[in-house]
Amino acid sequence: MESCLKVKVGAVLLPGDVFTFIKTDTISLTESLKEEKIICGPGLQRNGDDVVVCKSGVLRHKNPNLYWVDSQQRRYVPVKGESVIGIVTTKSGDVFKVDVGGSEQASLSYLAFEGATKRNRPNVQVGDLVYAQFLIANKDMEPELVCIDSSGRANGLGVFGAGGLLFKGSLGLVRRLLMPQNEILKDLEKLYPCELVLGMNGRLWVRAATVQKTLIVANLLESSENMSAQQRRTLFKRVADGNL
Amino acid sequence: MRDTPLSNCERDFLLKAIEEKKRLDGRQTYDYRNIKITFGTDYGCCFVDLGKTRVMAQVSCELVTPKESRPNEGIMFFNLELSPMASPAFELGRSSELLVKLNRQLERCLRNSKCIDTESLCVVSGEKVWQIRVDVHMLNHDGNLMDATSIAAIAALSHFKRPDVGIQGDEVTVYSAQERDPIALSIYHMPICVSFAFFQQGTYLLVDPCEREERVMDGLLMVAMNKHREICSIQSSGGIMLLKEQVLRCSKIASVKVSEITDLIAKALENDKKARKEGRKCGFAESMPQERITALKNLETTVEMTDLTKQASDIVEGVEAPAEMALSPVVPAPGVGQVGAGLQNAWGLEDEEDDEEEEDGDEPEVTIVAEKRGNKKKGERPVVIISDSEDSEEEEVVILNPESS
Repeated sequence: MESCLKVKVGAVLLPGDVFTFIKTDTISLTESLKEEKIICGPGLQRNGDDVVVCKSGVLRHKNPNLYWVDSQQRRYVPVKGESVIGIVTTKSGDVFKVDVGGSEQASLSYLAFEGATKRNRPNVQVGDLVYAQFLIANKDMEPELVCIDSSGRANGLGVFGAGGLLFKGSLGLVRRLLMPQNEILKDLEKLYPCELVLGMNGRLWVRAATVQKTLIVANLLESSENMSAQQRRTLFKRVADGNL
Repeated sequence: MRDTPLSNCERDFLLKAIEEKKRLDGRQTYDYRNIKITFGTDYGCCFVDLGKTRVMAQVSCELVTPKESRPNEGIMFFNLELSPMASPAFELGRSSELLVKLNRQLERCLRNSKCIDTESLCVVSGEKVWQIRVDVHMLNHDGNLMDATSIAAIAALSHFKRPDVGIQGDEVTVYSAQERDPIALSIYHMPICVSFAFFQQGTYLLVDPCEREERVMDGLLMVAMNKHREICSIQSSGGIMLLKEQVLRCSKIASVKVSEITDLIAKALENDKKARKEGRKCGFAESMPQERITALKNLETTVEMTDLTKQASDIVEGVEAPAEMALSPVVPAPGVGQVGAGLQNAWGLEDEEDDEEEEDGDEPEVTIVAEKRGNKKKGERPVVIISDSEDSEEEEVVILNPESS
């Protein structure tokens, strides 16, 4: 079974493609039965004994046994554990309502901030940006966000955003930027010192020393989505030389 | 579906950028986005792309009885649709304020300005006249719908050809396109709308605002003009106070823009006419670029970069080296180990208990002197100074160093 998946790594798959287990009728006496476990990532679903593709894209593989489909998408679906950038829309009672770009607004409790108690409320206004993590995110319930991790510390989550620019990219771009040792960020480091916050819901926030530099970095990130590595390097080099 | 709310940080950033005369996509304050006009195979169908804003106009005609007050004039009917395709804020069927405003402005701009000769649309006076119907659909909303709509409407009207009509006594024959060539409408002039967005109570102005700029603007001024410098309509919304000089300046800018856009429309019509005459394939299949999902194409805009390399290097040099924190465990000298140096005591017992022990892990506040990169000599380790804080009841802590080896 794994061999038929391995063959297709790097190929384009369409929804409806099926990978079936090949059941052998004869059991070999000399070899022990190996249990093959495959972890299905996004885009692959288990359907009884088969694995069915449900998104169109390229099949990827990570050792030892993780497979997923890389697809183009701009619409975000909340997933538990992901860190996203949200915009606070309303304050009602004990709970903030936050827009994360999904079909529903997520709720964020007052107490889910570091150092927040019933008397010590966090300083969050309507329209602020928050970097938060999903505590609950499934299709049956309203998603819930928190700005602390399991030990009670903020760890980078919380309200942020003064002075920067928020813009939208595709989900694939954000995932590429979040990969460790990725080329785009390495090239960007050589340009200007800047602060970046990447939300897995496709929202990116940039702040650099001046308005002009912030705009340049934002435009560079937006355009690097559609460029090949070579084009991107030439573009960054042109910007670094100062004559765009 | 609700539209994404505008966050405070975006609003502040946009206003700050406008004060510095910078726009999000690198345009100048008086620049329009790229305008692209394409025509379909049917006469009267036109797509207009204004940057990412996309609008489609379709012109059709029908024989109806004329209005009683004007028995020998044709009728012009305008219909705008805000499709939910254009923006999640638009809902189908509901007539919103924006829709009414756009409709009224388009009617004023095209009907009241008498740009089309309606008397030529009369077939039998008092009985049969042509009703020209212009349907405009918004396909994508990225700001400045009114300008795109007016360009699309007038381009579609200029492209449209109505069927030929023959009158013999009392009989009226409408000839189809195959029997007799259709006739174009007689257009006197082309009124085009130009929008100006005002910020900070009229201090700053931008031409052709994009969607985010429209969200933070204070007011909008729409000037409809033709290339003969005749103003067809002016509308100011948002309740801002404008000075006389500002309005005059806007009309001057509008006249320049309108002549450019009119030339563009004329060129597009010319290209289409030539293509049809030569028998080449015309229409959307030819003129729409093929977009593949693996190779998206973005239009280039220039971004201004002045004097940035020098600023950048200044900033990098001026930054202090970050304070070096001792890792744990630290060996300041052979035989002595330090754990937890530099961290705050998180036990919270300092004020209550009398501390007697002098374990290495339970020290009062320790300050570490950071050294700037420039001054650091080779081979020198960071110096650790243990200071007595006032509320410490411990005796002075001394680290015993063995004889230097």
